[in-house]
Amino acid sequence: MNTFQRLKDFYWPDKRLFVISICFLLIMTSLTMAYPIVLQYAIDEVVIASNWELLPYLAVGFVLITVLKAIATYLHQYCGDMFGIRSVYRLRSRLYEKLQFLPFRFYDNAKTGDLMSRLTADVEAFRFFLSFGFAQVINLVLLVSFSFGVMMFYSAQLALVSLISMPFLAVLVYRFDRKVHPGFKRIRESFASMTTKVQENVSGMSTVKSLSKEDFEIGRFESRNHDYKNKSLYNAGLWAKFFPVMELIGNICVVVLLGYGGFLVMQGQLQIGQLAASFSLIWYIIGPLMNLGFIINTFSQSKASGERLLEVLDEEEMNIQHGAASLKRLRGDVEFVDVTHSYEGESQRALEDISFHAPPGSTFGLIGATGSGKTTITQLISGFYEPEKGGIFIDGQPISRYSLAELRQNIGFVLQESFLFSSTIRDNIAYGRPDATIEEIMDAAKRAQAHDFIIGMENGYETILGERGMGLSGGQKQRIAIARAILINPAVLVLDDATSAVDMETEQRIQAAFQEVMKGRTTFIIAHRISSLKHADQILVLDQGQIAERGVHEQLLENNHIYKKIYDIQFQDRDTVLQRQI
Amino acid sequence: MRKKNVTIQDRASRGRFHYSQDNVIDKAFNWDQLKRLLRYMKPYSKKLLPLAVVAMLVGTIIRLTAPVLIGHTIDEAIRPGNWNMLMWVTIVLAGMYGLQWISNFFRIRWINQVGQYIIFDLRRDLFNHIQRLSHRFFDQRSAGSILVRVTNDVHSLQELFTNGVINMMMDTVMLIGIVSILFVISPELTIAIMIVLPIMFYISTNLRKRIRRSWQVVRLKQSTMNSHLNESIQGIRVTQAYNQEQENMDYFTDLNRDTFDAWEQATRKSAKFRPLVEISNAVGTAILIWYGIYLIDTTAFTIGNFVTFATFLGMFWEPISRLGQIYNQLLMAMASSERIFEYLDERPSVPEKKGAEALGEIKGDIRFDHVEFSYDETKTALHEMDIHIKAGETFALVGHTGSGKTTIVSLISRFYDPTKGRVLIDGKDLRDVTLDSIRSQVSVVLQDTFIFSGTIMENIRFGNPEADDEAVKEAAYRVGADGFIRQLKYGYDTEVEERGNVLSVGERQLISFARALLADPRILILDEATASIDTETEQVIQKALQTLLQGRTAIMIAHRLSTIREADQIMVLEQGRVLEQGSHDELMRRDGEYYRLVRAQFNVLEAG
Ligand SMILES: Nc1ncnc2c1ncn2[C@@H]1O[C@H](COP(=O)(O)OP(=O)(O)O)[C@@H](O)[C@H]1O
Ligand SMILES: Nc1ncnc2c1ncn2[C@@H]1O[C@H](COP(=O)(O)OP(=O)(O)O)[C@@H](O)[C@H]1O
Ligand SMILES: [Mg+2]
Ligand SMILES: [Mg+2]
Repeated sequence: MNTFQRLKDFYWPDKRLFVISICFLLIMTSLTMAYPIVLQYAIDEVVIASNWELLPYLAVGFVLITVLKAIATYLHQYCGDMFGIRSVYRLRSRLYEKLQFLPFRFYDNAKTGDLMSRLTADVEAFRFFLSFGFAQVINLVLLVSFSFGVMMFYSAQLALVSLISMPFLAVLVYRFDRKVHPGFKRIRESFASMTTKVQENVSGMSTVKSLSKEDFEIGRFESRNHDYKNKSLYNAGLWAKFFPVMELIGNICVVVLLGYGGFLVMQGQLQIGQLAASFSLIWYIIGPLMNLGFIINTFSQSKASGERLLEVLDEEEMNIQHGAASLKRLRGDVEFVDVTHSYEGESQRALEDISFHAPPGSTFGLIGATGSGKTTITQLISGFYEPEKGGIFIDGQPISRYSLAELRQNIGFVLQESFLFSSTIRDNIAYGRPDATIEEIMDAAKRAQAHDFIIGMENGYETILGERGMGLSGGQKQRIAIARAILINPAVLVLDDATSAVDMETEQRIQAAFQEVMKGRTTFIIAHRISSLKHADQILVLDQGQIAERGVHEQLLENNHIYKKIYDIQFQDRDTVLQRQI
Repeated sequence: MRKKNVTIQDRASRGRFHYSQDNVIDKAFNWDQLKRLLRYMKPYSKKLLPLAVVAMLVGTIIRLTAPVLIGHTIDEAIRPGNWNMLMWVTIVLAGMYGLQWISNFFRIRWINQVGQYIIFDLRRDLFNHIQRLSHRFFDQRSAGSILVRVTNDVHSLQELFTNGVINMMMDTVMLIGIVSILFVISPELTIAIMIVLPIMFYISTNLRKRIRRSWQVVRLKQSTMNSHLNESIQGIRVTQAYNQEQENMDYFTDLNRDTFDAWEQATRKSAKFRPLVEISNAVGTAILIWYGIYLIDTTAFTIGNFVTFATFLGMFWEPISRLGQIYNQLLMAMASSERIFEYLDERPSVPEKKGAEALGEIKGDIRFDHVEFSYDETKTALHEMDIHIKAGETFALVGHTGSGKTTIVSLISRFYDPTKGRVLIDGKDLRDVTLDSIRSQVSVVLQDTFIFSGTIMENIRFGNPEADDEAVKEAAYRVGADGFIRQLKYGYDTEVEERGNVLSVGERQLISFARALLADPRILILDEATASIDTETEQVIQKALQTLLQGRTAIMIAHRLSTIREADQIMVLEQGRVLEQGSHDELMRRDGEYYRLVRAQFNVLEAG
């Protein structure tokens, strides 16, 4: 129950709906008894006793009772549903908020699929329990006890004898449930695995086709398709095995009812109308009992779902202090003092004793092999991770003095993988500053050399990008991402391999435009092409998390170390060209 | 594609994100389509299906006769006090229920088998068919929309094939049975009670239809919400880097609100369903009581008959309700099957000729003979290309983004057919040979590499599923991927996934390199494959390539000119035309576009 206790905030504000719903449920279940009672009355009191004048009252009365019951049913269901929906509305909002503010650390270890299933399936299971599960339990108890009560009233002997097989039914239901629910879980998992396979196959279709692995893929899919079929058939088999038996038990109750009830009528201990009514009453008992397993399972599933939701809700959020008073503009002085960092769960250090100082307005180049720690440095500046050791200072203050909002408002980040949202190009560029005017947006796009290809598209800036920027080439996506960073007019600009997919000439133009963009801001450029870094005021050459070399371009060339090696590879023809120019 | 939904006011559609939304579908009933769908039952119509139908009939007949028997017992045995008869009837009834148990067992079993087999067949057909479709097909569709068809659309037919068809028969038999029996017992009363029949039908079809629609709206809203959730998780790093948490929350609140509103409307409608059903049922019962008892008083109608009537009346609603449900299911199935058949009717745009022969082991001589190509009518991607790439040569393509480099290599793998002219490998027109024999000998390392979820080992092995672990490691070693893989916690057994964070962009590309090598192709194509790899690693790859490329034809596309300078031939493209071609030295001497590109590279260096 603890799980539900802890989730109380989400559903308890609507307790009124809940109470109303349960009240009407009570009324509804009580009125359900009307049908067998009226039937009994009609036979015993009207027909047998020949009180024909009662007939109209009985018929009209029955309709009226049913109308009342219908109203109660409606209100019960509506209020119950709303109770669930409202709670889930609150829950979803909270979860979404949580997701927005969870740190990178959390996302490094989370799988999108898993998070999604919590946000959808688990939320749904929780709602289902709020809307139906709880009411079902009450309904079951009420219906069974009322029906049993009426039957006992008619004839205790008959009730006990005809319901003698109920314990068997209960055992059967229990056993069935124990088997069928793991079965359902396996079916769901199998379906999910099939879905993943198709998703992957379609997303990676170019790879599949270029390696001509269609038949291989068909084989892989076929095995999952088979698996799904078999899992489904296994459950259908359980169903076939158990369900007819449960029905048989119910039917045997009817046979006993007929035999023993008939005997009692002949003995004069039971009235014939009472016997007729019992035929209905007995199904009011058997039916819900057959459902018992389902209800118990709803409960345990929603409990498990609740726990999974709490796991997310209990994660610690970052405190970004949104809307904190006066986010001030930073100058962009960045300093690292002996910074060491390792990622959670990784034995190797990503950075070791990194120190550097980037004065405001300077350009800083980072180069080094994949995995050498370039991205890590920039992510520490933005406070995406906290360093294990050492100090990071911005404008002379340790970054812990700033709110995250403040930091990020001042840092324009072009991530290594340019992620674009399903939105218009315009909104994508304006992502960091939704209130930007179209002129400002175009200006940023021009500087990123994106304007020309954007207006070349049919809908220009209003072009809607599909899933993950579908429809744009890698270089185009990168340029939009650059425009997005420029637009927020940051004090610190980080370009993480931001032009890798752009051709040389375009890059040149971007760089030319950047001369102006970079004025007055500290810029960190991560690149593999020397040409992109050459003008940097300081270049750090990283190797396995450590600074292997530092200095300006010319110094590094003189050093004749890693940087020079890269340079030589990239500029083998320089001499030829230079000679010809003379 | 993008259709607005008018039923529920859309707050979110004005927001900062846009998700394509389907419309609420109301497909008319289409017999041809149903027939086509039912054709999938054919393989099972010899044995399984008839057996299931027999089992269904046995069960249904027993359900129909039991109330009659009970009614008779009341009249003939209980009221007159006939002990013997009561006993006999009880035994017979028990026997009947026993029989019903057995028939139900087999019915459930068999019909589920039929249904699951059909769904399996359908899904297999669809998936296999999609594998055979060409690039053009995938260019035009998002992965999500294809996914939905193979999984959800097929899934929505499952219910129809497992329970729908058999229930439809069962319920029809039930309804006809009940009405006939009642009619035999008392025509007048039957007719009187039948008055509620139209009401019931109305509720079960019309109201249900509206309920179904409003739930569809809910589902659409939910799917938009899920799209957004999914995207916001994947893009969380951008969101946080740009401080957009609050703004996104505002957007989500709208989405959440939209869903809430749709849901409330749907709830309002569907909460009406049961009460209305019960009321119409009650009217029937009232008629029974009133008129039935009047009949007992005045005619030969008996109490037993009365009980039989009451029981049947209770059983009446079930088949009608279910038929309504099945009708709804059918409508949904129409929509789904239409979308499935749309795909199945799609023909590959690069079809394999009848009797196409397999290309034997190729030498790797590639020739473009007056090739012209356009993706769509509006513009031509390649103009009159004549290219000859000799076997064993390393051939480089240079040019701006959009100049047609990728297009050329796509034609070599025959992802598309040229609009005019021919592409030949070893002198054979690609249109005359089997696709598999081309593609199994041509490996492409793409700009966007794809990582399948699974271990690194499995990902590399994708290039050649027969390769053993050693061969995989060997391939990784040769492209310089071995080093970083060994440093991972679980080495080659590390689980990776697309969009995962275990691998950096560069590392992913190394893996796809290893994958392509493992495939041991005659022609290797590298399309900007080294863009995200650092220069030193690239050198390692280049060195490895030098030995690997011995005896193979290679085509390279790269922006970093250092990557391609060693190529035997370099071709410079602009806007789908060849500007110049030659070896690095030749081109440098020629003082043309290539020279300009190389110089531009240094200009960056010299300027400022
Ligand atoms: N989110 C992460 N979780 C765990 N390890 C990481 C993460 N990001 C990077 N690493 C590891 O930290 C090291 C440095 O990575 P990174 O800064 O991304 O390098 P670069 O940007 O130079 O390629 C690498 O060994 C990498 O595997
Ligand atoms: N799938 C496609 N559908 C329509 N047009 C395309 C497609 N792929 C490329 N194009 C267009 O064809 C031209 C050549 O593109 P591409 O071969 O990809 O160039 P490159 O690889 O040299 O950058 C470009 O104008 C591009 O916009
Ligand atoms: Mg990086
Ligand atoms: Mg390309």
